[in-house]
Amino acid sequence: MLGIGWALRRRIRSSEDFFLSGRSIPAWIAGLAFISANLGAQEVIGMAASGAKYGIMTSHFYWVGAMPAMVFVGLFMMPFYYGSRARSVPEYLKLRFDEKTRGLNAITFAIMTIFSSGISMYALAKLFELVLGWSFHGSIVLSAVIVLIYIFLGGLTSAIYNEVLQFFLIVLGFLPLVLLGLKDVGGWSGLTAKLATVATNAGFEPGAWSHSWKYMDSPSHNPMGMEWFGLVMGLGFALSFGYWCTDFLVVQRAMAAGSMTAARRTPLIAAVPKMLMPVLVILPGMLAIGLHASRGGFLPIGSDGQPEYNLAIPMLLGHYLPTGLLGLGLTALMASFMSGMAGNVTAFNSVWTYDIYQTHIRPGQTDAHYLRVGHAATVFGICASVVAAYSATRFNNILDMLQLVFSFVNGPLFATFLLGMFWRRTTSHGAFYGLLTGTITAALHYGLTLPQGSVPGIKGGFLGAVLHVYPSEMALNFWTALFAWTGCFVATLLISLFTKRTKTDDELRGLVHSLTPRIQEGHMPWYKRPVTLGVGILVASTILNVIFW
Amino acid sequence: MRLDVRFPIGGMFSLIGAILTVYGIVSDPAIYEKSLGINVNLWWGLVLLAFGLVMLGFAVRAHRRGPAAS
Repeated sequence: MLGIGWALRRRIRSSEDFFLSGRSIPAWIAGLAFISANLGAQEVIGMAASGAKYGIMTSHFYWVGAMPAMVFVGLFMMPFYYGSRARSVPEYLKLRFDEKTRGLNAITFAIMTIFSSGISMYALAKLFELVLGWSFHGSIVLSAVIVLIYIFLGGLTSAIYNEVLQFFLIVLGFLPLVLLGLKDVGGWSGLTAKLATVATNAGFEPGAWSHSWKYMDSPSHNPMGMEWFGLVMGLGFALSFGYWCTDFLVVQRAMAAGSMTAARRTPLIAAVPKMLMPVLVILPGMLAIGLHASRGGFLPIGSDGQPEYNLAIPMLLGHYLPTGLLGLGLTALMASFMSGMAGNVTAFNSVWTYDIYQTHIRPGQTDAHYLRVGHAATVFGICASVVAAYSATRFNNILDMLQLVFSFVNGPLFATFLLGMFWRRTTSHGAFYGLLTGTITAALHYGLTLPQGSVPGIKGGFLGAVLHVYPSEMALNFWTALFAWTGCFVATLLISLFTKRTKTDDELRGLVHSLTPRIQEGHMPWYKRPVTLGVGILVASTILNVIFW
Repeated sequence: MRLDVRFPIGGMFSLIGAILTVYGIVSDPAIYEKSLGINVNLWWGLVLLAFGLVMLGFAVRAHRRGPAAS
């Protein structure tokens, strides 16, 4: 079964050239490619792990975080991205500001891709460890070799196309798992009864795992350790907007669209299935922890004495699916890890080679030279991912680690974009030093605080003094992002006021809100306008929040 | 000519669905103890097969209509 899935994927990949930038395909497929770009290991394993660790509060990543952010991208940011004809996010920064801002962003972005790829590698190795019974070290080597081969065989020649295929593979591979699990625990009411045990065992009110807002009055009342203000500002604003508005892998999908309207509609269409993803990725985690509490030891216990939340999905697969469907589930998982890794390593390669090496280190070499540098970068990227994968072993929930990386990279960058796109007075020096300040603020905050029950080191607190202890890793991430955003925003604002403008109004045409002509959509019927779609999405996610309040 | 992405998606899921369905019919019922006694291979195989065929159907329809329009 595994082999069949694999052979099919290989065959399909090598026989195409047909899926070009979404111009001839229905809009819903472009939208699916947009969310598939982020439907990697982090989504599947990380969201399930968070569902187990933090309960239904994980849905805030969707209904408070992603939804408004995706609507914002579609309605407000896309006109500048698409209109500027930039091919990537760093390129937009170069057009709007200067080369050094782009360089700084390229470096932080390169680091982020390595961590993302390392996290996927960790998840894949864990899966090999479980399925093949190999040691973790052997599994890491195996994953590294597989990805290396995959990339050198031209793995990503039709990335968007693969992503759509993968989206369906994941949805159709995991749906039977969720249905069986729900049936087994006795539906939603059976699940909440089991989760009540989980919550009381952890010292919370019985509903702490099954209510998304009710226990957010104080950090001590819910498993995530957040109160509503920090969550809305840290996750809903800084992290989510930062991720969806500036993450190059995701935004690129929409930049490839055929027209401005199509580009704006892509994230909005993508938001519809995205809104429903919690059923596939968070619910399994909640099922796993429910079974863990009621049947005893469903999840293995890690070295830190906590359950290994990351294994929620693999354990459920092995528990419910028989030979046959199990193969489909495993293929779906592996496909997701593989492309998550390959996508990130390839992005690292191109950012390093074009945005850093060619621009700043050795310009004006032959194409063959850059190709060799690119190959070397791929190998280096994979080796660095191995290191990142080992650091991921310290986190019992890979989403905690991933959001930590995002809080460093996307949090401050979002402030730069917000000011850059909506305030023409923002100067290049302001952007560069502001971004630097934001990143340093993140590092300081992370270095001076610690999540509960951790020792100083990779989880924070490495600057000697621990000024504050957060109840959970995720709480630390949200606050890091908020601090980083604020640091960047204030520094960019102040420095811009005190430095001379580097770009004239003319050069900023199409890059800044006030200097870009309004898009005329009056001729379109009201139900086809992006605004209508956006409002509909916001209303629907509000309803979902109320249902699971 | 550019191939519609729904062709390979439809083809792949029809094939996987067909294989699962057949496997569901011939496999030993004992393996379904895990899945609460439900023959998930058979049922989910049929779901996948239906999904694949619908995708193929849409692709063929769009393909037929395409050349006529241009």
